[in-house]
Amino acid sequence: MMQMEQAPAPVAPADREAFVQMRQIVKRFGGLVAVNHVDLDLYAGECVGVLGHNGAGKTVLIKVLSGVYVPDEGSIEVHGKPVSFRTPHDAQAAGIETIHQSLALADNLDGPGNLFLGRELLTPWRTLDSRRMEYEARNVINRLNPNFRNILDPVLRMSGGQRQSVAIARALYFNARILIMDEPCAALGPAETRMVLETIKRLKAEGIGIFLISHEMHDVFEVCDRATVMKNGSVVGMVHMKDVTPDEVLQMIIQGKRPGQAQAA
Amino acid sequence: MLSGLLARLRLDPRLSSMVAALIVIAIVLNVMTRGLFLSAENLYNLSIQTCVIAVMACGMVYVIVARQIDLSVGSLLAFSGMAAAWIQTRAFPPGATTGWVVSIGVALLLGAAVGAVQGALVAKMRIPAFIVTLAGYLMFRGAAFLVSDGQTLAPLHPTYQALGGGVNGAIGVVPSIVLGLLAAAWVFWHTWTGRRDQRRYGIEPAPIWVDMLKGALMCAAIAGFVWTMCLAPDFTNVDEAGNPRGRGIGVPVLILLVIAGFMTFVAQRTRYGRYVFAYGGNPEAALLSGLPTTWLVWSLFILTGVLAAIASVITTARLGSGANSIGQLAELYVISAAVIGGTSFAGGTGSVPGAVLGALLIQTLDNGMVLLDVSSPMRQIFIGIVLIVSVWFDVVYQKRA
Repeated sequence: MMQMEQAPAPVAPADREAFVQMRQIVKRFGGLVAVNHVDLDLYAGECVGVLGHNGAGKTVLIKVLSGVYVPDEGSIEVHGKPVSFRTPHDAQAAGIETIHQSLALADNLDGPGNLFLGRELLTPWRTLDSRRMEYEARNVINRLNPNFRNILDPVLRMSGGQRQSVAIARALYFNARILIMDEPCAALGPAETRMVLETIKRLKAEGIGIFLISHEMHDVFEVCDRATVMKNGSVVGMVHMKDVTPDEVLQMIIQGKRPGQAQAA
Repeated sequence: MLSGLLARLRLDPRLSSMVAALIVIAIVLNVMTRGLFLSAENLYNLSIQTCVIAVMACGMVYVIVARQIDLSVGSLLAFSGMAAAWIQTRAFPPGATTGWVVSIGVALLLGAAVGAVQGALVAKMRIPAFIVTLAGYLMFRGAAFLVSDGQTLAPLHPTYQALGGGVNGAIGVVPSIVLGLLAAAWVFWHTWTGRRDQRRYGIEPAPIWVDMLKGALMCAAIAGFVWTMCLAPDFTNVDEAGNPRGRGIGVPVLILLVIAGFMTFVAQRTRYGRYVFAYGGNPEAALLSGLPTTWLVWSLFILTGVLAAIASVITTARLGSGANSIGQLAELYVISAAVIGGTSFAGGTGSVPGAVLGALLIQTLDNGMVLLDVSSPMRQIFIGIVLIVSVWFDVVYQKRA
């Protein structure tokens, strides 16, 4: 609480509902401070980019929010209520879904098996309700990707875009209001990247808040409203996409300074 | 064309090719042994011999699917078998019913407890399963010796001995036929509800003749098995005319069928089974999806511990005594059975019915070679070759698919 006065002034429209407020998050691994007193906000219907070099702490920060890592310091509020996530289930229960960079798919399981992994639908006898899971999976996956028929194949045999569809469908099926996407387009071709970006825009229009981790400046400027740049575990700065150019953001990522500071230095 | 037919029948190519191999091997062995191999008496023996390895292989599938290994099952079999024999012969008066009942309980608890310790070392302390169970392989063999200072413990209770499939170790002709009919009824019920559920969710089921053909094949297999077991003569049980009555299904086979059925059900229809396969397919995904991975790995060793204890009951009951040398090399046969049955060391793939067929294949070769007077070292060499060939077959098949 004593560090609250350091929190940056809100830069998103005040009339929107605050979905996530992360304050002064710290995560250490032994002597390494992977995330160092980071603040991050997310409002309804916006997409916030989280940018930085490899090792800047983006993924660790995002894993704190998705319940994979328990932070050493700091507080998180979701929809205005303080939360403390011990497991991914806790975050999911709070309406936060994560599409990890690795997609977190079990290659040997089929589409429905992955979509419902950890949250299987059960029959009254507590056994897996495979047919209902297949039915539900078909509905949600085909909304994203109407040409995707072979959802009962092991994920191993699917294309990159199909795998991504399964991962996104997993996040959408459970009616997440907050979505975390870690490099969703890293392994995709142009057409599949387009599908993911269009999906992000549609979800924003539906009022879902999205964190997007990406290296692709073009994608970030197309779908993000704001972006936070990180370097060595700390926040370099928060920018509105409409106020900056891609070159200025790249400068922030590389030099670790805000554009104004860079000239003053 | 054959693979096209298999696809239309929606049969598992792995399992059907194993069944085909088994049939070919059985016919060849039968010719070489001049009809001895396919005699009802020998097939009854084969069914009993398969059980010990197959029971443990059901658990080994889970362990290997989850990218672990358990090398200790053979030694644990000896340890818990000796404990059971000690309870019956030393802790209770000979012939006491409570003695054999308690001995089974103790064996199962011992298997679960030892498995829990090994599982904790792997899942909690993060010591590789290979190391933990290699140590267990040595320690439990030593412990089996220490139970009675190397002495063989006998005699075991006659009722207990029936669990081994020997004297009075089969359920008789009429109960076997009843069980066979129940199994056939289950095949029909399962097929019918499967088609109904598919329709309910708007999926077009396979053509009716496909399901009828599959059902007929299953029923023929059940009928053939029951019929053969009922033809096996029981020379200790004769009718008024002095002719031996038929044996029927052996008690160990029933134990195996219950365990294999249960483990197949768990693998396909429960969260636990789904999580074991998901963990084996991608441990990181399992963790990110919030699966209880530590408990999952831990539980696998409790499972193999309990199954090794059940196998020890069958083994000691069959021998009628407890000897500390039982179960030697069993771990390697169990792992071989799982691998021949299609379980991959890369994790994430494997099936319980495959492992049972793998155990049956190994025992078929072993049994046939015994009938042919092949020496024990030669049998080991041959089964080693079969292991390599079956996995090589897999590698070729995977490349093509």
